[in-house]
Amino acid sequence: MIFIDFLLAFVIGGLICVIGQLLMDVGKLTPAHTLSTLVVAGSILAGLGWYEPLIDLAGAGATIPITSFGNALTSGAIAEAEKHGWVGVLTGMFEVTSSGISSAIVFGFIAALIFKPKGKVN
Amino acid sequence: MDQQQYQQIEDKITPPTPYLKNIIKAFLIGGLICTIGHAITYFYIIFFDFTETTVGNPTAATMVFLAMLLTGFGLYRKLGQVAGAGSAVPVTGFGNAVVSAAIEHKTEGLVLGVGGNIFKLAGSVIVFGVASAFFVALIKLILVSMGVVEW
Repeated sequence: MIFIDFLLAFVIGGLICVIGQLLMDVGKLTPAHTLSTLVVAGSILAGLGWYEPLIDLAGAGATIPITSFGNALTSGAIAEAEKHGWVGVLTGMFEVTSSGISSAIVFGFIAALIFKPKGKVN
Repeated sequence: MDQQQYQQIEDKITPPTPYLKNIIKAFLIGGLICTIGHAITYFYIIFFDFTETTVGNPTAATMVFLAMLLTGFGLYRKLGQVAGAGSAVPVTGFGNAVVSAAIEHKTEGLVLGVGGNIFKLAGSVIVFGVASAFFVALIKLILVSMGVVEW
């Protein structure tokens, strides 16, 4: 059922954003603290092995929120640690997750070349 | 006027946070962005040779590309004013943080301005992501070698 599939992505993705909104409104965290907290939460869930089932369930609903960044870093490190032991913890990290960062750098650089700064935000 | 009085006046004047409204907006817009991402995963699975496990990477890159366009035309900032965490938590928010820092510091030059400030806003996410991944993987490695858990 393709409709249920999209609905799950919508609901799970929306709920992760709601957690972020609660951290900001109720927890009085700044956006940077909120996003850092969510990334750490994603890492811990990956360590427990709970993030992978969430991706199987929700697809992009779990891979688009920033929690998946922590998950990708951690599961890369764990996969390499399984193969190579201690060294793998360091070398494995960017194995899976390179695309978010590399594309952000490339597109950020291109954007700086083509777009003009809008000036002070009022 | 002492500090206590000031605090009372500040509490009276500051409008109360519309918790429920913010939650609904974050849910709808965050959910919508993830649904668009989900459509992109189908695109890559159907038209390219990606599987459900590898499709996350091109999807994230595409979403960051869309975030670049919206940021460049000043639309993502407007979206953020409405959506709050709904536009900050998805990977597009990460892309927006990087792209807006790059554009904003363009006037200081490509090396010192763009290169030096591109991760000004998004850097904390990378630092805490990498540091937490290191410690979680290390703890897991120790637990596995002690025989407490399995890979």
